[in-house]
Amino acid sequence: MHRLPSSANRSLIAGAVEQYRALVMRPKSQTIRKESVRFKTQGPMESYGLKRYSTAEATVPATSKIREKTLTMETLNPQVKAVEYAVRGPIVMKAEEIEKCLREGGKQPFTEVIKANIGDAHAMGQQPITFLRQVVALCTFPELMDSPSLPEDAKARAHRILQGCGGTSLGSYSASQGVDCIRRDIAAYIEQRDHGVPADSENIFLTTGASDGIVSILRMLVSGQGASRTGVMIPIPQYPLYSAAIAEMEAVQISYYLDEDNSWALDINELHRAYQAAKKHCQPRVICIINPGNPTGQVQSRKCIEEVLHFAYEENLFVMSDEVYQDNVYAPGCEFHSFKKVLYEMGPEYFNSVELASFHSTSKGYTGECGFRGGYMEVLNLEPEVKAQLVKLRSVQLCPPVSGQAAMDVIVNPPRPDEPSFSCFQQEKTAVLGALAEKAKLTEEILNSVPGIQCNPVQGAMYAFPQLFIPPKAVEQAKALGMQPDMLYCLRLLEETGICLVPGSGFGQRDGTYHFRMTILPPKDKLNVLLDNLRDFHIKFLKEYGTLEVPRG
Amino acid sequence: MSLLREASSRLWSIRSSEQVALAKRAAQITAELQQGVTRPYKNVIDCSWGDPHREGLNPLTFVRQVVAACLYPSLLTSEVLPVDVQLRAKGLLGECGGGSVGSYTSTAGIPKIVQSVSEFISQRDGAVPSSPENIFITLGSQRSLMMVLKIFVKNEGTIQTGVLSPVPSYPYFNMALSMQGGVMVPYHLCEEQGWKLKVDELSRALHAARGHCNPMALYVINPGNPTGQVQSRKSIEDVIRFAAEEKLFLLADEVYQDSVHDPKCEFVSYKKVLFEMGPPFSSSVELASFNSISKGYFGECGLRGGYVEFVNLDPTVMGHVYTLFSMDNCAAVLGQIILDIMAHPPQPGDPSYPTFSEEVRAIQDTLASNVQRVQTVLGSLPGISCQPIKGGIFAFPQLHIPPCAIQQAKEAGMEPDVFYASRLLEETGLCVGAGSEHGQSEGTHHIRLCIATPTENMEEVLNRLSTFHLSFRSHFS
Repeated sequence: MHRLPSSANRSLIAGAVEQYRALVMRPKSQTIRKESVRFKTQGPMESYGLKRYSTAEATVPATSKIREKTLTMETLNPQVKAVEYAVRGPIVMKAEEIEKCLREGGKQPFTEVIKANIGDAHAMGQQPITFLRQVVALCTFPELMDSPSLPEDAKARAHRILQGCGGTSLGSYSASQGVDCIRRDIAAYIEQRDHGVPADSENIFLTTGASDGIVSILRMLVSGQGASRTGVMIPIPQYPLYSAAIAEMEAVQISYYLDEDNSWALDINELHRAYQAAKKHCQPRVICIINPGNPTGQVQSRKCIEEVLHFAYEENLFVMSDEVYQDNVYAPGCEFHSFKKVLYEMGPEYFNSVELASFHSTSKGYTGECGFRGGYMEVLNLEPEVKAQLVKLRSVQLCPPVSGQAAMDVIVNPPRPDEPSFSCFQQEKTAVLGALAEKAKLTEEILNSVPGIQCNPVQGAMYAFPQLFIPPKAVEQAKALGMQPDMLYCLRLLEETGICLVPGSGFGQRDGTYHFRMTILPPKDKLNVLLDNLRDFHIKFLKEYGTLEVPRG
Repeated sequence: MSLLREASSRLWSIRSSEQVALAKRAAQITAELQQGVTRPYKNVIDCSWGDPHREGLNPLTFVRQVVAACLYPSLLTSEVLPVDVQLRAKGLLGECGGGSVGSYTSTAGIPKIVQSVSEFISQRDGAVPSSPENIFITLGSQRSLMMVLKIFVKNEGTIQTGVLSPVPSYPYFNMALSMQGGVMVPYHLCEEQGWKLKVDELSRALHAARGHCNPMALYVINPGNPTGQVQSRKSIEDVIRFAAEEKLFLLADEVYQDSVHDPKCEFVSYKKVLFEMGPPFSSSVELASFNSISKGYFGECGLRGGYVEFVNLDPTVMGHVYTLFSMDNCAAVLGQIILDIMAHPPQPGDPSYPTFSEEVRAIQDTLASNVQRVQTVLGSLPGISCQPIKGGIFAFPQLHIPPCAIQQAKEAGMEPDVFYASRLLEETGLCVGAGSEHGQSEGTHHIRLCIATPTENMEEVLNRLSTFHLSFRSHFS
């Protein structure tokens, strides 16, 4: 297949940015003059509102003295209506309600709600990494630099970060792309992680958690109408941020199913199938990969990554690789390979052309610092003009929290072997990852011992996503109640045992299959209790609906 | 890779905004000075941002102590921190999942802090009730504004959603609106009357826009940015009545509520006025009001914290708003903690109270004296007129630029105020904001200076500006 080598010729998102034209500060000759005001940010009036003016007269409602609400279900942005976000959905609201009831002394058949719905390690008792907290505390309150109780390497890190901040305060806005020296540290980290594959700090953007970066890139990519509307390929099951963002932007979701019978591996034939089917009604422009998988916990093999990248190259797809669980790989024989490294190893034709954005975060790994809202993305092969648009788009948010940036810096620049904090850091890191590996195994084993539950190996990430056998009678009852069968299951589980999980329907699953996602984060003793209670509940649930005969597949 | 980088920097110089270009040039000059290049000044002073810590104001000790203790609870046992800091930190950690600021919080924020914010609002507004259910803690006001715009600004369909927005304005609001696919409907503040917001101008703007777009909301900034006016209760009432009649959703950006300098002025919240107007207004006009930890005497821009309070929102709509906000998971926890301190600062009798109140007073005094100095100095300069700075943290003086300077700016392809600002930067090392970033009436030119800075720095700013201005005028006259 003949391909033009220049990156400019394969820009996927060059056509996708019309809506950001408004954000381009115009050269002076094009300054808008309207109502005798010069206003550079007022773009849309001119740049893309015009075509709509023709139909305007008919639809403006007449003014009325009797005031009704401006914002009703009719006027609400329909894309907002379409958004669903299962990990914070109805089941979680219900859990918060029950917690409140417990706090106020209400009676429940259990004493606490165990929230295994969200990857929130500290909430489940995981301890923060001391060094990280020392550095950020020093940045926040530099008077501590004189304190003998804090190690010198933490002070040196904090000093360096503060030198990069305006007025040497964490309280100043940073550049919207992030603090310069932190971006350089990230680039150095990526180079090291990828065994020397070059990384340029100009391609690094600090973000507010990984989600923020993912949404920004999707925003850049979504455009077109009808059959030219952007199609976004996402795995099923997926992390619901993707489906929610796709709904909000009215992009077209293209589902490719992970192979549950093969430990949730990504099957390249399935990618082709999904792509070909979707091409008829939309313009597939981007493929999203979550590796290690959320909620599915698989770790992609190097070969599989290569296949995906080749596919993206052939089909001119932008690649978004969500790699926030890159430090969370447990299964023997599995190893994390970054998409960027594999792309490099495939040769310059690939490395210089495939557009890639990869995402990382402070929230996962061994640090679990969700509350900091820290993360970064690295972009590759973006057309310069498009990248300038991305910078502009990011600047609308001013900047990500600088404290989260500082935490990210510690993750990419941890204590070195010759530094005083090294041994403590190393010991804490190993302990966290060791415990997670142990709990991954334990969860898989216990779940598989329950009749009617089948769980793939948790090779990485922080979740088990087992398949449930739900008896036909329960399925019927759920339908009668207008809810998904696994939602019914999870609601009952929550009400009867206090265990909060997220139904598989929130992540997507093959029709007729039911799952839930649970985190492996609770401390081991609590996890054991959780799994025991879950087993008892499950057996009771099966009995109640008249089946203990479970088809094993 | 190197090819990409080259192309990228070329592009920067062509298409970036003047303000970005000025900031880049300022950074360049700073680097040159550090390398020993001699210029008629020894440093660059950047007062183009609204970023108090960058401008040299210090964070409040109590705030930073509490945050540091929450981050690193070992400090709680070391006795270096005052007792009330320890108590506050322990209390707040008790509200965090697993006792850690590293946990996610509820979508709207830590419930206890949402409650604190609600109490703060009720107290601020006298008897007006505030309900925690209507409050969302966010990653700062800009994030709140973006989220609220998403709720009603449709980026598809046959007619664009319009939002009335002041001229001059806060440019990032208009950028967020554009990004969402909405259109700004500009209304002009009346400069001659101290940047007054006039209802007949709102009405003119609205009627001019109808037929071109569907105006659904009205954005007001009080106290003003960059214009520093403080709205009277009467003016707010008029705006509310207008919004009610025209069925506009009110977006009240009140992030400068703590910064009122004119003793004859008082900050009154839109919500308070709305409630005091009684039905049908108090039960029907939809309002979102915004506040932040970035402004006032906290100045914690980098930690990103703020909140939005909704009034009279349709309950079904509110459910969707919740889902939308939940996509952010939650606001940064450290920002939430600072919001708690803003809502409940140390009280008389607390060990930290003397220091806290002293630091706050010092900042307020500094701002008040800066306002005086700015007005005196600018008032004495020919060719500059500055409306009274009643609130906020900016001066936005009008420049009367000589015609031959305007001509030369045109030849250079620059806005006259950008031309002025870039000469100012080159010749004196002072970086200010250009009025054209904020929007201004045709034929007028302004600059924006941040006044949230230590007095010595303010003096230096004024010195450089005065010297430059006089030489600029004599050069071009």
